[in-house]
Amino acid sequence: MVGLIGKKIGMTQVFDENGVAIPVSVIQAGPCPVIQVKTAERDGYNAIQLAFAEVRPTRADLPTLGHFRRAGQPPHRYLAEFRVDNPGEFETGQTIDVGIFKDVAKVNVAGRSKGKGFQGVVKRHGFHGGKKSHGSKSHRVPGSIGMAAYPAKVLKGQKLPGRMGHRNVNARNLKVVEVDVENNLLLVRGAVPGARNTILRLTAVSSE
Amino acid sequence: MDMLDHISAKHMKDSVPEFNVGDTVRVDVQVVEGGRKRVQAFQGTVMQRRGGGVRETFTVRKISQGIGVERVFPLHSPNVTSIKVLRRGKVRRAKLYYLRKLRGKAARIAEKSEKGDR
Repeated sequence: MVGLIGKKIGMTQVFDENGVAIPVSVIQAGPCPVIQVKTAERDGYNAIQLAFAEVRPTRADLPTLGHFRRAGQPPHRYLAEFRVDNPGEFETGQTIDVGIFKDVAKVNVAGRSKGKGFQGVVKRHGFHGGKKSHGSKSHRVPGSIGMAAYPAKVLKGQKLPGRMGHRNVNARNLKVVEVDVENNLLLVRGAVPGARNTILRLTAVSSE
Repeated sequence: MDMLDHISAKHMKDSVPEFNVGDTVRVDVQVVEGGRKRVQAFQGTVMQRRGGGVRETFTVRKISQGIGVERVFPLHSPNVTSIKVLRRGKVRRAKLYYLRKLRGKAARIAEKSEKGDR
């Protein structure tokens, strides 16, 4: 099933038919023109390449302009490929909009999470931390990180403080709350990776 | 940001009665009881209003059988069918947390005069 490129707009809440407030993320989803169709015969795999967020032609370099001109499209800022089973059904220049999620119950939303900077083990790995009082001086320290003279080293993969966030995160199985084709908006239940204006990759989850 | 407001606006009520902290209100709430809907009233003093837009909520406090009961309502929830202001209260605070420590006569709130003077 094909997907879309989108942009996180923010979060709010909506009321469902029972009057229950549902937290939703609002995503600007598409519209995305098909720039290239890749087939197993020619490229070794079946996929379509989609574009998002148009830019002025003066903003793009010549190779980029040429790539988009083949599809008869103005240059766009973002490109992404989506694997498809049936590349014959798509042709370059065709536009895919958020309507593809109309009959879809759940989607996966992938994007880059907010960077948290250098964080300790309590925040980064969920360690419990030490006692806060009663004479304790080990409040948020990692504690022992290994054994003694043997193995005389810290094992690889040991959870330690370090840079946190700013990595690719896939929020899976988010419920589709609303599809607004007119405004190209997709509302999904819950949070999606990143801050506002983060570019997201949206794919439908098959119903099985 | 305007698209967020656009989505929120669709879920907001067109008009909500004007009421403030300190007012005595009667809130009609739809509740589902054993598969059927009925309207339940909750009457008390508005203790606080918080949040903005579609996320705004308000807290109503009443004394029920000698026990203080506070209930938080989402202002724009479709289950909150009506809010009636019974009495305008004169208060000098935005959040009336101090009511929790007071009982009986001390927990009264002076009525706001029509002109709104002190």
